[in-house]
Amino acid sequence: MATKVVVDPITRIEGHLSIECDVDGGKVIDARTTGTLFRGWELILQGHDPRDAQDYVQRICSVCPVTHGAAAAFALDDAFGLTGQIPENGRIVRNLILGANLLHSHILHFYHLAALDYVTAPNLPPLVPQYAGDYRLPAAVNAAAVQHYLQALEIRKLAHTMLAVWGGRIPGQRGIVPGGSPANVDTEKIVQSKFLLAQVTDFIDNVYIPDVLAVAGAYKDWAAIGVGCKNLMTYGGFPMDNNGWNGKRFYSNGVYINGQAGALDPTQIGEDVQYSWYKDGIPKGPYQSVITPEPYKAAGYTWLKSPRYDGNVVEVGPLAKLWINNNATLKSILPGEAAFSVIGRHAARAVDCSNVAHAMADWLMQLTPGGPTCVPNEVPQHAEGMGINDAERGALGHWIVIDNWKIQIYNAIVPTTWNASPRDDNGQPGPMEQALVGTPVADVNNPIELVRVVRSFDPCLACAIHLITPDRKVRKFRVY
Amino acid sequence: MKGLSRRDFLKLCAGSAAAVSLSELLLPHLLEAAPASGNPPALWIQGASCTGCSVSLLDSEQPAIATILTDVISLKFHPNISGASGYLATKVINDTAAAGGFYLVVEGSVPTGANGMYCTVGETENGQTITFVDRLADLGSKAAAVLAVGTCASFGGIPAATYGGNPTTHGGPTGCMGVLEFFKQKGITTPVINVPGCPPHPDWMVGSLAHVLLYKTLPPMDQYHRPTMFYGRILHDNCQRRQYFDNSQFAKMFSEPYCLLELGCKGPFAACDSYKRQWNGVSSCILANGPCYACTDMNFPDGSSPIYQRYPDVKLPDIDASADAVGVTLGAAVVLGMAAHLVGNAVNGRLGHKEE
Repeated sequence: MATKVVVDPITRIEGHLSIECDVDGGKVIDARTTGTLFRGWELILQGHDPRDAQDYVQRICSVCPVTHGAAAAFALDDAFGLTGQIPENGRIVRNLILGANLLHSHILHFYHLAALDYVTAPNLPPLVPQYAGDYRLPAAVNAAAVQHYLQALEIRKLAHTMLAVWGGRIPGQRGIVPGGSPANVDTEKIVQSKFLLAQVTDFIDNVYIPDVLAVAGAYKDWAAIGVGCKNLMTYGGFPMDNNGWNGKRFYSNGVYINGQAGALDPTQIGEDVQYSWYKDGIPKGPYQSVITPEPYKAAGYTWLKSPRYDGNVVEVGPLAKLWINNNATLKSILPGEAAFSVIGRHAARAVDCSNVAHAMADWLMQLTPGGPTCVPNEVPQHAEGMGINDAERGALGHWIVIDNWKIQIYNAIVPTTWNASPRDDNGQPGPMEQALVGTPVADVNNPIELVRVVRSFDPCLACAIHLITPDRKVRKFRVY
Repeated sequence: MKGLSRRDFLKLCAGSAAAVSLSELLLPHLLEAAPASGNPPALWIQGASCTGCSVSLLDSEQPAIATILTDVISLKFHPNISGASGYLATKVINDTAAAGGFYLVVEGSVPTGANGMYCTVGETENGQTITFVDRLADLGSKAAAVLAVGTCASFGGIPAATYGGNPTTHGGPTGCMGVLEFFKQKGITTPVINVPGCPPHPDWMVGSLAHVLLYKTLPPMDQYHRPTMFYGRILHDNCQRRQYFDNSQFAKMFSEPYCLLELGCKGPFAACDSYKRQWNGVSSCILANGPCYACTDMNFPDGSSPIYQRYPDVKLPDIDASADAVGVTLGAAVVLGMAAHLVGNAVNGRLGHKEE
């Protein structure tokens, strides 16, 4: 007889999430994920001036506001016909702002969101209480990790300071608009950024990566837990030219399905709703998808839709991005298929962080002080646009339809919607649900193992559940 | 409190120390005033939020903010920091509430639609779902005071925006509102300080909390419960680019250094002191060529949309006037709401374009 284990709320993520797992024989045999906040973003954006989107959507989530703002700007570039005209300075400043937030977000995730699953906290609320569990780090390593927790607070702030040099402030940065960036480029900003970036890079290479390796060493079995679906997708990231989503990017886009690498075709993206509380039979494509809620639908168990790529369940995130880009460092740390794991996701995030930090130092030197950063824009009467780019947590896409100079349809399919999606029309569970299955649970009253799996995905629920509407039925179950 | 008089405290908060973090200035006084009986407990909860206020607070100058959280107050629960998950976390909240005498920080809008089911925040020991509205009503009625951080918790914010292009849909798709409005509906009388901003500057959050901790009383507030030490002046009247406005020099492109009015700036009705308070220690919206969208306003975001269109096109209740006239009208309205001793400063600021 399986025991139902509910963890609600899951803290140390962005947003509101709960999970429900059936545990039998000390292992998870089935899992369901539920997001528990709905705000109605796409509805709110309807009828607005399209340029409002780039600022509104940053409030979908303020841990990754820049990537939402950028995805909106990319979609507006596309709709306004500006994609080929972005000045070099504008392209680079956008990448610097995106990069700076990635450095902040990955460091924040490892130290402040995930670390307490592996590190014994000092006796200081709200770091305690913790679940009882197998905290295995040697005392000296554990003590150093606690110090690094505090140091990382400061370092991630420096990444944000660098971001504000270009974007004015963060959260709510102002440095990315359709047509480029409003920021002026001068030598003072470049030098200031180099100085800040050097400190952040030093921490990533000499503290963050060693700490991830120390956790990987102490928790070796976790390189085989939380494997998931092993199908991956990335939109790539950081445009290196002006050719839009399929131009040259620092990270290339692509898919990895059933062990085969392939090219990305965004028209293969569709969303299923058979197990979601929406009416069946709605258009699947992101330009057309408008949902009709059906809160008491018998088959439904979540408000998340189920995005699929050509019918395939795909995981998104730094692991997908680095695996598809054949990253040698990741594959040397975790040979074979060991990267498909809880440790693999943490390692990929750390390697990603280092890659981007080093690249940013080059990008800064490619700026032209005094050069143009932005071209003017005009809102068209009718247009469509797509902006796809990897956010900190994985593939992020925004789609916009403009009618009579206003937003008619706005659709965001975000990383956590991919990763925490429910079963699709073919009954295939989502990536996080698949990753939970097989996870050992030593003590159902302290399900530390479950939250380790969930947090390895760096879930962001404010992002994922922007679509949901109406009454959620109160479900009465529970266990321990 | 011996070290710092309340009058000097208000001056310090409203002062023009642009490059200095307020937390650093206040920390010694807060440490000195910390009661021997132990640090006052605090709970931080999130409703319909994006975590932006928390991230903004984290971006406050270190190490002061970490010290404030550990040595000045005793933060028992924060959704993004707490070690505990599941019922272990819920129990911490319940135990802190039962002991009483705690401060409550609320981030995010209050979604009252569908009996609160748009935002659920945990389960009871018996497996019953806890809605955010029930948690807020419970904790709000027991707290010593409530700090509503951000425009969402203060006034509803973006989740409470009108939608579908229909101006009668205030409250958004989920019936969102600010904490104070929710308290009024529920008959909860716990004092509320609103610290709006999308996000609020960390100084506004730290300074408002510090006032309560140091003087056990609310700071002077305007009619919207915003502390006047931070929200008592209009951005436009003190803007670094004000001279360009007076000279009718307006930027047509973001990169031009002139007044941003034509590009959509809402500074003329923004109660915000970012003209002197740097963000992330280095910049601000205006300094980054970003037209203000008045994110501290009670009508944000509806009153600020379209963000990138010049003002007369912006829909504001009962106002149909030129930009400068709008500035004067709203400036005057804000002034009327202020505590009397600050009126003089605000008027001086508006007329003389300068700080005290």
